[in-house]
Amino acid sequence: MLDSINADFTSSFWGLYVAGLVTISLLVCVLILVLNMTSRETGAPQVQAHTWDETLQEYNNPLPKWWLYLFWGTLVFAVVYLAVFPGYGTANDDRGARAEYAKETEKFQQVFDKYAKVDVAALAQQPEAVATGKRLFLTYCIQCHGSNAKGSPGFPDLTDNDWLYGGEADTVKTSILEGRAGVMNAFGAVLSGDEIKDVANYVRSLSGLSADAARVQRGEAVFAANCTVCHGPDGKGAASMGAAFAALGAPNLTDNVWLYGNSEAKIIEGVTRGRNFDNRSLKNAMPAWGEFLGEGKVTLLAAYVHSLSQKK
Amino acid sequence: MQSQATYNYKVVRQFAIMTVVWGIVGMLVGVIVAAQLVWPELNVHEFLHFGRLRPLHTNAVIFAFGGCALFATSLYVVQRTCHTRLFAPGLATFVFWGWQLIIVAAAVTLPLGITTGKEYAELEWPIDIAIAVVWVAYAVVFFGTVAIRKVSHIYVANWFYGAFIIAVALLHIVNSAEVVVSWTGIHSYSAYAGVQDAMVQWWYGHNAVGFFLTAGFLGMMYYFVPKQAERPIYSYRLSVVHFWALIFTYMWAGPHHLHYTALPNWTQSIGMLFSLILLAPSWGGMINGIMTLSGAWHKLRTDPILKFMITSLSFYGMSTFEGPMMSVKSVNALSHYTDWTVGHVHSGALGWVALVSIGSVYFLLPRLYGKTEMYSTKLVNTHFWIATIGIVLYIASMWIAGVMQGLYWRATNTDGTLTYSFIEGVKATYPFWTVRLVGGALFLVGMLIMFYNTLKTIAGQKAYDAPVVEPAAAHA
Repeated sequence: MLDSINADFTSSFWGLYVAGLVTISLLVCVLILVLNMTSRETGAPQVQAHTWDETLQEYNNPLPKWWLYLFWGTLVFAVVYLAVFPGYGTANDDRGARAEYAKETEKFQQVFDKYAKVDVAALAQQPEAVATGKRLFLTYCIQCHGSNAKGSPGFPDLTDNDWLYGGEADTVKTSILEGRAGVMNAFGAVLSGDEIKDVANYVRSLSGLSADAARVQRGEAVFAANCTVCHGPDGKGAASMGAAFAALGAPNLTDNVWLYGNSEAKIIEGVTRGRNFDNRSLKNAMPAWGEFLGEGKVTLLAAYVHSLSQKK
Repeated sequence: MQSQATYNYKVVRQFAIMTVVWGIVGMLVGVIVAAQLVWPELNVHEFLHFGRLRPLHTNAVIFAFGGCALFATSLYVVQRTCHTRLFAPGLATFVFWGWQLIIVAAAVTLPLGITTGKEYAELEWPIDIAIAVVWVAYAVVFFGTVAIRKVSHIYVANWFYGAFIIAVALLHIVNSAEVVVSWTGIHSYSAYAGVQDAMVQWWYGHNAVGFFLTAGFLGMMYYFVPKQAERPIYSYRLSVVHFWALIFTYMWAGPHHLHYTALPNWTQSIGMLFSLILLAPSWGGMINGIMTLSGAWHKLRTDPILKFMITSLSFYGMSTFEGPMMSVKSVNALSHYTDWTVGHVHSGALGWVALVSIGSVYFLLPRLYGKTEMYSTKLVNTHFWIATIGIVLYIASMWIAGVMQGLYWRATNTDGTLTYSFIEGVKATYPFWTVRLVGGALFLVGMLIMFYNTLKTIAGQKAYDAPVVEPAAAHA
């Protein structure tokens, strides 16, 4: 482990080099001090024999004692510290810090491990477990879903009981454990601008939003030809077509819940460019947390998230 | 006893006036970013976003305001204390216009998002090259003037200015080594990778503090404090010791910016230890400045310029105590990444750097126009009090906010989860960000008063170049 940390130092020469430089540096400080310590003279201080710019002169008072002690003190502290802690050469003794960390991690791991196989729905009924889940949520999830779990454009609201991949307690857990990669294909190259505008109007009409009647009519045909594979024949989303389709994540377009906004412009943007899994912006991407957090914490998170939509 | 030749004050005048102008610009941007933290709605456009304006603020106050103050004073001091005209005055003119161009280039590119992403070294490669060229020209002017001096001894202020010029050249050139990936898009990557890059960056970053913001301004202190107090410097010996110890140990202190990171443990330890050793050498300058005033304390009652200087030395002593303490690993574990760091930086930047610069410019300006007093000494006094109150509000609020944030972030429950989510710490900081905004705004108001006083001082006055003073007899 220590070798990998010092990977840049491929020979023991560099340890000696660093130790030598540190020694020289400390000795230079000592030398500067020793060379300039003088005994105090009695009587009024005399100015030096130089004058610059008409008035600038200098006394040559001895170094203040308390200041000298301060300087010596820090030098002695440095030597003692280097004797006790790593710093002299490239020694990297962590004085047990990593072992301590591993021990603490192990301790907390046990706290969480016992939740790993507990039923999520049942856990959501336990206030203590939900409170722990909430604390985890406030650390790991709020960057995208917000501290109130109400989401933001591109990141779903977790409190509205509207689910892209299914809202059963175990499905929520799977989403957190394994992550989700949303796919909405870009139709900009397939459909004309007018066709896209038509289908956008049709989609708006599905949620009862105002739309151009002529475009809605034409858009229905565009929808039937291009969109039903994922969103279902009636636009009620992938999950409405059965559990086998739920993993597609294609949203229900009839419930007036919108991940990217419901304006005609936003819908046109989504249809034209697609809404694809994007590693960089994490848009349409839910990272897989299983490996990082462990199943225990994920189960607690799922219980908390599940509890949010049970209140209604 | 005075010869016909006159000192070259033109470049000093130019830099002195631009010190006031860039001070206002840089601090205004500071007030804007402080306001953006209180009201995030003020992030109105990508060009005016916090992330773009914050580096503009730091670059403007450090390199435009602080830089112009250092150029103005060093080019004045080196002539006066070497008893000779400036070497290569044409080159000095080039330094002035080159530096102004660099500042403008920074003010354009940073809001556009053109940045290397290295703190205090954000400017991209064409500007980096320009800085190196202008800096070398500055070094030629400064050291050329020292070389043609009419006195055998080099005055202490020039040691510090000289160290500042040499070290900044070294730091800038090494840290700015970069691989250009786009000639037209102005984009580059650092020549170093990973933790080495981080180490080089903070070797640069901390020594920028050490040599740009400390050594340079100590040079300023060593001329203007004894001049204004009309007292001899307390101890030549102390100046020798603290000069060599300071420039020697500062070079080691960078790793304390990287405590508890991928930087090897031994490197962190050395960074911490040499930061602690820096305490005494730093205080050497404070002692020499403050003790120079002994015997002239009564002047503080009537002389606001001395007030600026003595207060700046107090803040210098305070922040050079705070810095070593914050470099201790266990203290750093609490303070790192919090607003405490911001408070610490500003006790140095506003308290030390800005106050000593402002005091020195108040000394300089009238003398560059053949006078000895500013238009209104009363307004100088008003500026002093407004600035001091502003600093106190600023640093006190950031201390409290910083310690609070540190405690919020480290609090854990028995199950190992965090007691407070990050956003709770943010919410709790709002009142302190508001107080900081008020403090910063007060400091800016002080600068506006200075601007008015400056205009009134130079209005209708002819530019004046003092005759070169013959060296005192002892030197002949």
